[in-house]
Amino acid sequence: MSNHEIAKSPDPKIRYHPAVPVSAANSQIVFDALKTNGVRMMSALPETWLVHLIRLADDDPDVTLVRLAKEEEGVGISMGAHFAGVKSAMLMQNHGFLAAINGIVSGAQLYRIPLLMLISDRGTFGERDPWQTEGGAVTESVLSALRIPIMRLDDPARVAHRIKQALTLAYSSNKPVAVLLTRDLMWEDA
Amino acid sequence: MPPMKRLDALRAVYDRLGDSAVVTIMGAVAAELQSIGHRPNFFYLQHAMGLASSVGLGIALSKPAVPVVVFDGDGSLLMNLGGLSTLARYKPANLIHVVFDNESLLSVGGFPTATGTCTRLAEVAAASGVPRTACATTIDEFVTEFTAAQSAGELTTLVAKVDAVGPAAFVTDLGLLENRFQFQRYLQAR
Repeated sequence: MSNHEIAKSPDPKIRYHPAVPVSAANSQIVFDALKTNGVRMMSALPETWLVHLIRLADDDPDVTLVRLAKEEEGVGISMGAHFAGVKSAMLMQNHGFLAAINGIVSGAQLYRIPLLMLISDRGTFGERDPWQTEGGAVTESVLSALRIPIMRLDDPARVAHRIKQALTLAYSSNKPVAVLLTRDLMWEDA
Repeated sequence: MPPMKRLDALRAVYDRLGDSAVVTIMGAVAAELQSIGHRPNFFYLQHAMGLASSVGLGIALSKPAVPVVVFDGDGSLLMNLGGLSTLARYKPANLIHVVFDNESLLSVGGFPTATGTCTRLAEVAAASGVPRTACATTIDEFVTEFTAAQSAGELTTLVAKVDAVGPAAFVTDLGLLENRFQFQRYLQAR
């Protein structure tokens, strides 16, 4: 399943084609964990695995969703939100993470920002889209090279606890942390 | 009229910045504003080129009652033109986006940017959907337009054409993290 297979419904209230087997239930668990832990601003770029998360953020009056043109902007927005006392998270694909690296290094790392990045880990085992595979092969290595701690979310039962732990580390270290949204969690016909 | 110097433009509006959260780009703009006098409400984004407007957006959305002023540059804005469309999408009424356009990447050697030959940033901003845009080529025009933007209560991009001249050095005695934590404390008390 690929991005172009998301069809727009003629009913504006139904924005995503139900045939896309992204797990709505697990997306809800991730979103609830973010909210429970005080995240009130989410920046995002559309990506297949994130459709439900972005919709949940858009529909929630307590959450400000900032739709980006490019992921690197989200680093700046999270910096500003942090200075202003608002907890935020970035929702992006791993290729979006790769596009945001200078902002992460010379914004969030240079200025010691507790930046929570939720990264859909495309291009790993089970990936059918050829164009995702290079990014999938380098994501964890690049995160490690940047000394960004990584937590994988694969078991819905542990999502809430791990997101809480990720935020705790981000705030105690004043540094970015990466939470990888895996195929097992996000994709129902994996 | 002689061409406008950025330092003179900053001096001319300095007394109007007391109430605002101010975010500047790196290099000459940061050094010049500090040479006039650092204040706790000034944050200098000394790297992460392009993201000053995104930081300003994050602050403006998080603290709608706090006026935010971003001092951007042509080279920086050209690195994050997509961010202009994000600014326009959310139209924070408390944000003034000043772009000092010296048609040059002055702080890194003075290479000409496309604003000297073809690209008109105020028109780019307007076409991106920024509700108020203005241009200034003299100090009087700049002060008039900046003052008008402060009372407009609407997102404004103000492009000021300035000389490609700057300070002899860019490093100041204000530590990056000292500035960052002082600014955060200032904002959270607002």
